[in-house]
Amino acid sequence: MTATATMRPVRNPDARRHRTRPGRWFRRHERVVLGSVGVIGLLLIWEIGSRMGLIEDFFFSRPTSIVAAGIKEVQIPRFWNDVRVSGFEFATGYIGAVVLAIPIGLIFGWYRRVSYMADPWLNLLNSLPRVALLPLIALWIGIGIESKIAVVFLGAFFSVVIPTVQGVRTVDRRFLDVAHSFGASQRRLFTSVVLPGTVPFVVTGLRLGIGRGLIGVVVGELYAQTDGLGVIISRASSNLQPDRMFFAILIFTFTGIVGVESLRRVERYFQRWRPVREER
Amino acid sequence: MLTGGLALSAKEIRMEYRDRQTRQELVAIERMDLDIPEGQFVTIVGPSGCGKSTFAKIVNGLLPATHGTVEVRKAANGRDHAMVFQDSSLFPWYSVLSNVAYGLVCQGVSKKEAQERAMPLIRLVGLDGFEQKYPYQLSGGMQQRANLARALTVDPELLIMDEPFAALDAQTRELMQAELLRIWNASNKTVLFITHQIDEAIFLSDRVVVMSARPGRIIADIAIDLPRPRELRVKRTPEFVAYEEKIWNLISIQLTSVGGRTGEAA
Repeated sequence: MTATATMRPVRNPDARRHRTRPGRWFRRHERVVLGSVGVIGLLLIWEIGSRMGLIEDFFFSRPTSIVAAGIKEVQIPRFWNDVRVSGFEFATGYIGAVVLAIPIGLIFGWYRRVSYMADPWLNLLNSLPRVALLPLIALWIGIGIESKIAVVFLGAFFSVVIPTVQGVRTVDRRFLDVAHSFGASQRRLFTSVVLPGTVPFVVTGLRLGIGRGLIGVVVGELYAQTDGLGVIISRASSNLQPDRMFFAILIFTFTGIVGVESLRRVERYFQRWRPVREER
Repeated sequence: MLTGGLALSAKEIRMEYRDRQTRQELVAIERMDLDIPEGQFVTIVGPSGCGKSTFAKIVNGLLPATHGTVEVRKAANGRDHAMVFQDSSLFPWYSVLSNVAYGLVCQGVSKKEAQERAMPLIRLVGLDGFEQKYPYQLSGGMQQRANLARALTVDPELLIMDEPFAALDAQTRELMQAELLRIWNASNKTVLFITHQIDEAIFLSDRVVVMSARPGRIIADIAIDLPRPRELRVKRTPEFVAYEEKIWNLISIQLTSVGGRTGEAA
């Protein structure tokens, strides 16, 4: 209350950091830089640990050996045949699942009574670990390429159907009111309100479906060894070749990443009406 | 048939509904009779939960009344009625232009023509230059301008406005009230306006209809005899304040008579 009271400037603790030029550069590219450090760092530890004998390279291999194995592998004609087979199984099963799942999901979501009838089955089949059906599927349609397509299909189908139904059901009442109030036809109601509101849910399902579909390919091929990348994995395992296994596994991983990333782009296109959410 | 000169005639409207949780039969609207002559601006005010928004929905055909009839003047061309909804009822996935053109597209007008016909209304509500923006890029006030334009595009005989400014901040709301009067002067529609703001009701209207607390019914129908065109300044005149006091008294009796229970359900 007296003349001795002093004023203290308020300082934002963040304000002092990143004042220098490299500091600012780092701040802008923080994500990429730290991500690369994380990846490269771990690979280095693996490589060095393996060379020093701390990591048993007989079982765990090492990054450089995996690269070398990969280079050798791609020169074998049989490898490309395996890639083609696995790719075909995945693409056919996945696309088939999506083409069926989206319209079916829309119908189930829209017609409440239809969905009441279908719901128990959807839940049952979704909770069921689909790979458990593999022996049964093999019994029905053999161990050829068809059974693997079927497993991929089952994995992806339910991943897409369930969120799609969810999306249609959670369409905002307000927007339906607006459409009704302007006398929109059923078709217009669907295309102007239901579909746009459901897109985010569908894309989520598509993304989930990629992972589930890939599981289908691997497990299907491990179960019934005819052709495909799964066969490379299982054969390399019995021949004690971890580097070849890792290479095949990496191909699956890579496929998953590319698929999910391209879907993210599709999603961004369909969602351009949404404010861009900045990560902190 | 509507008798000459009426834009809306609602007779013996009663609305009951069943509360999903308590499984009780509730009466939202006890009885409403309301005639609106062509070109008149009528506002319904009432405590929250009195059924005024429900009434708007019944008039707009979104809800079936339990009892009673609503007649709206048949439009020569254009729609009989159109509604301006509360906040954020623009389709977030459409641009302003597509949103405003929506009503016409619903009537089967081609997209191109609908957008051409929407442009003058976008200009009328002062949104030119924003027609390609998405709703999230607009302020609340601008969104409600677009909302108004969307309803006007179908050239309705009756414009129903359900608390369109309720979510706006106080200053924007005042501005929008003045804007609405300007636009109304230019279009000369019959308007049924719903609000809980007494000053808003008086400022805008030719007639203010006061509703009771639930179950809703009309307890007063007051002609507002203030010269037009009105500017915001009119709100500080003694005549205006007298209207405000009169209506507030009617509503405050409603609030106390139910012991403050009115806020429990909308």
